[in-house]
Amino acid sequence: MSPHEVHQGEHDATNAYQSLSETTEHDDPRWAFGTGFEDVEAEISAPVPEGTDPADLAAYCQMLGDDALIYSQRLSEWVANAPELEEEVALANTALDLLGQARVLLSRAGHVEGRGRGEDAFAYLRDQAGFRNIALAEQSDDLDFARCIARLLIFSTWRLALLHRLLGSADPVIAAVAGKGVKELTYHRDYAARWALRLGDGTEESHRRMQAGLEWAWPYVEELFRTSDEERRLVEAGVAVDPAGTREEFDAVLAQVLEQATLARPEVAPVGTIGGRSGRQGIHTERLGHVLAEMQSVAREHPGATW
Amino acid sequence: MTATDERSHHAFEDEFQATIDADQRIEPRDWMPEAYRKTLIRQIAQHAHSEIIGMQPEGNWISRAPSLRRKAILLAKVQDEAGHGMYLYAAAETLGVDREELTEKLIESKQKYSSIFNYPTLTYADVGVIGWLVDGAAICNQVPLCRCSYGPYARAMVRICKEESFHQRQGYELLLAMVNGTPEQKAMVQESVNRWWWPSLMMFGPADGDSPNTQQSMAWNIKRHTNDELRQRFVDMTVPQAAALGVTLPDPDLRWNSERQAHDFGEPDWSEFKAVITGAGPTNAQRVAHRRRAHENGAWVREAARAYADKQAAKKQEAV
Repeated sequence: MSPHEVHQGEHDATNAYQSLSETTEHDDPRWAFGTGFEDVEAEISAPVPEGTDPADLAAYCQMLGDDALIYSQRLSEWVANAPELEEEVALANTALDLLGQARVLLSRAGHVEGRGRGEDAFAYLRDQAGFRNIALAEQSDDLDFARCIARLLIFSTWRLALLHRLLGSADPVIAAVAGKGVKELTYHRDYAARWALRLGDGTEESHRRMQAGLEWAWPYVEELFRTSDEERRLVEAGVAVDPAGTREEFDAVLAQVLEQATLARPEVAPVGTIGGRSGRQGIHTERLGHVLAEMQSVAREHPGATW
Repeated sequence: MTATDERSHHAFEDEFQATIDADQRIEPRDWMPEAYRKTLIRQIAQHAHSEIIGMQPEGNWISRAPSLRRKAILLAKVQDEAGHGMYLYAAAETLGVDREELTEKLIESKQKYSSIFNYPTLTYADVGVIGWLVDGAAICNQVPLCRCSYGPYARAMVRICKEESFHQRQGYELLLAMVNGTPEQKAMVQESVNRWWWPSLMMFGPADGDSPNTQQSMAWNIKRHTNDELRQRFVDMTVPQAAALGVTLPDPDLRWNSERQAHDFGEPDWSEFKAVITGAGPTNAQRVAHRRRAHENGAWVREAARAYADKQAAKKQEAV
């Protein structure tokens, strides 16, 4: 680099600094990197596809959005706690991707519902029973990296299978989220699978821990493939996919990764339901209340504030 | 040392000095005096450690960010800091040390990081004020480092400064939103500014008379301006921004001096600064213990990665 160019760099940075008090531009795409809005912003207000019950669609957007939001919240607990800087970057990036998906889906839920709720009203002002996420998303991995990888492998394999099938959704917002999300989830799954191999086939200790991580996550797997009433109706309308239909792909991918990683598929019973109801119906584990208490604290402390 | 060695040593030294005098870059393969190498390792490591430790005070608010947009911005910013740490450790590695070794020094408190991160973040306004004042002060310190004589450090700083100025704008924009929000939000911003103003001024280091390393670093073109020059520049830039926000900077001696065409301002509490840099600040022990815990909890993971890589290499060897 020539001295002139270097000097230019200094000059520009100083200018950016000095012009602070005049600039409030929001349109720079780097302004909120990872928010994922730019691709689908125009479509959030698209009409509800024909033959679709808006209440079902709003509920479905919350299911997909809440899975991403609550899991993103859990993943971001790894910030400043990861085993290496590369993992800091990768896990934060994964959390950001999911947060971006959640923001679009919750905005879409608000639009379809038509009661003026935005993404933040969904995230910050709903109580536990209003959340529609699956239980796997809300568990605390207690900063055990093996648990972190086990959950990421399970979640990303499942969600990638869902999003692949949602590329053709009759709802343009869901289709757009799937379009972007397939690329993101492909990376998340690949990252998790690579670490499952390293941990499974690394040292004796890492093998033991990785197996224990899988045993920890496995009771929450069955719920991923349970079909809710809203989903069943939306499959008819070409908007949703039946999660039960992703089981085969999920099992095949997991079998392949676990075998190569010298790990065993856990034989543990799934967690039970309450009268057949679980996350999709707003019935959660004890963990979600704590997640929300923390996540919503500042927003609820300042009603009417803008941030 | 033989007479020939001594002559060639002098030749190397002359060449090094000529490169510095011509304001050109020293690269990793070039000969450099041991003291220059040591100074750079110390400074770059301290800078890398600051990025990594700096993730903690801001990371403290990711889970509670009051809107999803703010959460995305903060998460992305803290992720950038991990990235900056990586570039800086890589720059330090060109001088013959490695990241693992430097991390050990950090968690054993044998190397320092910026004093500012030994203060706690107590409200969400602190996220904005760190962006505005702390990143602002860091930019004043770092922009001249883009012209530092050591090539890998200078190049890392070009990239880092671009992202830092972005973080600073984001912090300022959060504060603008808050001062235009409820009276409680505005009060929260003022309270935060009151806590961070003096520690931000201390980020430039001791007054020039008390800064033993400055002269040598300037002679080597590592540093381009003295601590007091940079502090003055920061104050002069910040005063109009504070006015635009409608907040008061907590210094009764702060006023424009038309003769100097600069602001006069009060003296930071240097006894507090000394306490903080010698380990007795509000969060020194907490920050280092946190970093140590994360590093130690990750030991089995790093070990597994090495074992796996070795097994793969052995398999490849067998296949050949």
